[in-house]
Amino acid sequence: MRLEVEARHRIGSFTIDAAFGSEGGVTALFGRSGSGKTSLVNIIAGLLRADTGRIVLDGDVIADSARGVFAPVHRRRFGYVFQEARLFPHLSVRRNLAYGRWFAGASESASEFGRIVEMLGIGHLLDRRPSTLSGGERQRVAVGRALLASPRLLLMDEPLAALDEARKAEILPYLERLRDETRIPIVYVSHSVAEVARLADRVVVLDDGRVKAAGDVSAVLSQPAATLAIDRREAGALIDGTVEDQDKLHELTLVRAGSCIIRVPHLVAQPGQNLRLYIAARDVMLATRRPEAISALNVLEGTISDLSPMQQGSVDVRVNCGGNIIVARITTLSREALGLEAGKSVHAIIKTIALDY
Amino acid sequence: MSLSDAEWTAVRLSLRVATVAMLSSLPVALLVAIALARGRFWGKSALNGLVHMPLILPPVVTGFVLLLLFGRRGPIGAFLAEHLGLVFSFRWTGAALACAVMGFPLMVRSIRLSIETVDRKLEHAAATLGASPGWVFLTVTLPLILPGIVAGMILSFAKAMGEFGATITFVSNIPGETQTISAAIYTFTQVPGGDAGAMRLTIISIIVSMAALMLSEVLAAAAARRTVAA
Repeated sequence: MRLEVEARHRIGSFTIDAAFGSEGGVTALFGRSGSGKTSLVNIIAGLLRADTGRIVLDGDVIADSARGVFAPVHRRRFGYVFQEARLFPHLSVRRNLAYGRWFAGASESASEFGRIVEMLGIGHLLDRRPSTLSGGERQRVAVGRALLASPRLLLMDEPLAALDEARKAEILPYLERLRDETRIPIVYVSHSVAEVARLADRVVVLDDGRVKAAGDVSAVLSQPAATLAIDRREAGALIDGTVEDQDKLHELTLVRAGSCIIRVPHLVAQPGQNLRLYIAARDVMLATRRPEAISALNVLEGTISDLSPMQQGSVDVRVNCGGNIIVARITTLSREALGLEAGKSVHAIIKTIALDY
Repeated sequence: MSLSDAEWTAVRLSLRVATVAMLSSLPVALLVAIALARGRFWGKSALNGLVHMPLILPPVVTGFVLLLLFGRRGPIGAFLAEHLGLVFSFRWTGAALACAVMGFPLMVRSIRLSIETVDRKLEHAAATLGASPGWVFLTVTLPLILPGIVAGMILSFAKAMGEFGATITFVSNIPGETQTISAAIYTFTQVPGGDAGAMRLTIISIIVSMAALMLSEVLAAAAARRTVAA
């Protein structure tokens, strides 16, 4: 699978001028709101016609302004999961799911229907009307509806943005299964570092309509916040881990990363599954002695590798904990009080709750 | 309360005229409503004005214009009579035409409003699922505006049941051919001792109109509920 996208488009005074490629898997289009992510996805879907540009999927030219090629939306077979579920209000869940199957031809078998319904956990909703579903249920049905149209490519425009934290935690595991169990390449739009870290293989960072950085998710997300065009508030570090165990009683997932065990809220994944975590620097505390009688579950021992220059009264301290780099943002006052400097051993403290999505 | 034969004839004629007027104006009203709701073309406001004319003009004027255009010697009337054998003047078909024209703005307004409340995002979603524009209209837009269409049809029917001025100007008041309920009531009031007949037809007229309006309200509410995007 190879997707190539190239687009230049003016909307009022805003200009999109972006190009990126994907070799399959999940490609995240990442950037703050107003960076042109949704417009770019609409251009890929064909809902928006770019002034100039090219879209090629596996050598099949979908659109090419130079040659006057423009396949209409309904012939592209690109599934699209929107921010709002956009289920058809006059059809039951079952008929919503079957809608695209009919246009895709009879290639989809009944077992495919059952498999996708099972994967998304929507079997008990089939005879309901969309208006009676919760936000999370609607979004799962919308994902199923897009998948059952047997798309060649799946576009997802912030499918979690309209949901509250609990609903996000409910849907993320389904999206991870989708990524791991289907071979459909996905373009995933998000402005949340945590979501991108958890789901994507590759990231394309958009800023003001232009590609600012692109590449492997761990490589791109460990760059400083300024490069990522994200809020300094969101700066942090990416940890690659494997699920070691589940604490069913307390609804916690234990993730091993290097020699550390990190406890994450909710039963998000099965043991053995890979899980990427994003730990925001502002959620990490540092202590020079091992704290006792503390509610935070993750206390990781490590050594300070370096400190950033002071910015707005705070510094970012990078700590090597058992092979993982964790970034902690602390005030300069704390740094002086604790005498923090490179080489000093410290304990990084992360509340489990802070790792919620 | 029992009706005389002449009164029954008037009731039956009114129902037939109203039904034909409603059904024959539906396809045109649907196309015009789509054009006004979705189209961007030169002369859109002129079309909108033309459609609403019968609502504002005195019905007598509308009837007289119809007589000029669709009468035996009118440009359209002569053409239709010669090529299709379709005669309007002093026939019940003329009454149906007058009623269709008078009810047309009501039907267009109702359908247009329901099209404007359809969330276009749903149509885009259908397109990404592989539906061509024609299929999107049939499987998404049409089901969502159906209550609006039905409400428009009922309004047009009710208007036709009550039409008087344009009809009597265009096709006169011929018992058994163009004498609808309204015309019959008018005739009753013009003769001594006609009050009882006028009263009977008045009650029937009130019942039919009231039922149509209430049904229209129910359907309009259903339309509003169904077109809310989920």
